[in-house]
Amino acid sequence: MLSQQEILMIIEGLKDTLIIVGFSTFFGYVLGLPLGIILAVTDKEGIKPNKLIYKSLDLITNILRSFPFIILLVVLIPVTRAIVGKSYGTGATIVPLVFAAAPFIGRMVESSLKEVDKGVIEAAQSLGAGNMTIIFKVLIAEARTSLLVGATIAFGTILGYSAMAGAVGGGGLGSIAIRYGYNRFQPQILWPSVILLILLVQLFQIIGMKMSKKLDKRKK
Amino acid sequence: MPNIIEIKQLHKSFISEKGEVEALRDVSLEIEKNDIYGIIGLSGAGKSTLVRCMNLLERPTSGQVIVNGKELTELSDRQLRSERRKIGMIFQHFNLLMQRNVLDNVAFPIEIAGKSKREARKEAEQYLDAVGLAEKASAYPAQLSGGQKQRVAIARVLASKPEILLCDEATSALDPQTTKSILTLLKEINEKYGITIVVITHEMSVIQEICKHVAVLEHGKLVESGTTEELFRNPKTPEAKRLVFSGSEHILEMTSERIVRVRFHGGSAYEPTIGNIVLETKTPINILYANTNTVNGNAEGEMLLQLPSDDEKADHIIEYFKEKGLDPEEVSADAFAAGNTDDN
Repeated sequence: MLSQQEILMIIEGLKDTLIIVGFSTFFGYVLGLPLGIILAVTDKEGIKPNKLIYKSLDLITNILRSFPFIILLVVLIPVTRAIVGKSYGTGATIVPLVFAAAPFIGRMVESSLKEVDKGVIEAAQSLGAGNMTIIFKVLIAEARTSLLVGATIAFGTILGYSAMAGAVGGGGLGSIAIRYGYNRFQPQILWPSVILLILLVQLFQIIGMKMSKKLDKRKK
Repeated sequence: MPNIIEIKQLHKSFISEKGEVEALRDVSLEIEKNDIYGIIGLSGAGKSTLVRCMNLLERPTSGQVIVNGKELTELSDRQLRSERRKIGMIFQHFNLLMQRNVLDNVAFPIEIAGKSKREARKEAEQYLDAVGLAEKASAYPAQLSGGQKQRVAIARVLASKPEILLCDEATSALDPQTTKSILTLLKEINEKYGITIVVITHEMSVIQEICKHVAVLEHGKLVESGTTEELFRNPKTPEAKRLVFSGSEHILEMTSERIVRVRFHGGSAYEPTIGNIVLETKTPINILYANTNTVNGNAEGEMLLQLPSDDEKADHIIEYFKEKGLDPEEVSADAFAAGNTDDN
């Protein structure tokens, strides 16, 4: 059985995980959403094609996405230090996570926005809508279910990455599972952490899908 | 009436993988205010490209698009947007915002014009009412039939208070009955709001039903234009003839003999003309094709008749038709034959 101390540690881990994943997803979207919008808009099929902007962002996105997360974590240490003041601990894991998540989120947003029917965009243009109106009232509004599904997937992916936080002394369930379960071979701590992670992903998956279904007015 | 749309020497070419494709070649046309102007052609004729040039959804390669006295290709983005508000457009696939309910779809152009969502909704109600869909205000497009969706699209266009309405194959995805009701609505809009309507279609019946003027487009070229009556009564070019006779698919097998086209208008329909001449000459006449069109409210009947091979009798029959005022016109079978192979 788990000692009270161990239970507290796991609860603390759960809290850390939620903080890390929550902040990373949030800031991931702060960067990734505009990135995705610009990619979708400046693509040659977009509403304001711009080869230079598209190609540059496309390249940066691909480069960031090719880094294995654990490497990114190390490479970004100077950046992390500049932003949060230190290169270890829970706060320090958020920075590389955001850098890993933003391009991924950007791609998901881009593909969601590209799913919007070209005809609907043209209809809006024929009504005299400007590009900003089209972005917010047509692209994002029409793609909202797909965006939400994307967010659910992003959350799960970031949660997966967050397990590596332990490498730089960050907290969270993943880090606990590795330190206690793997390094010290304590399955009684490994398994509850893993099960909590599974439940967490399940919970968000269900909430995400329910919400997107509720928001989707295309089939009824 | 002054011209509300003038197209001058319009060219449009696309670069595709197979090289340059010329979609429009030197198209010039003028559309009067308050007209219902039809542009007809087979698929691939370039008619959609042409109508999309009228609000610059498609930029012409060269030529002028003058709408309301303004040359659209010279306007800035902002000016173009404000001109576009006066040029409504409806589409074959309706293009409604699927995540907005019906009322909010209609409110959309009012929001674009800068009003608050609440005001826009309030104003939108009257337009929804005008197309007879007030009770569907809170439904979503996915819950509507095709005809209802097109009505919502029309209400949405009306909400931007346009002077022109471009219809890009707007009835092509609808069944004949729904097509009729949409066309009636368009006619109403033309009369009630004085909106000039441009109709793009491949269906002759649509032209007959509502258009006052018509232009025939083929392979990116404007081959014939005039009033709808003129086109039906006397199509001059083979392309136009082919479209007017697009129902006549069986003539191909019987092209060896003389064929005459006769037209019935008004009173002549009451007399058993064909029956009489058959009895008189004691020679059968083969009816190849017959059709009744209502061109702007006037019934027009037409028939393609295969005459007997005996020239004397054939000439006699033509004389007889002339007497009866049926404007007989001998037609070459080739035009129809060509038309039939191309249609497939």
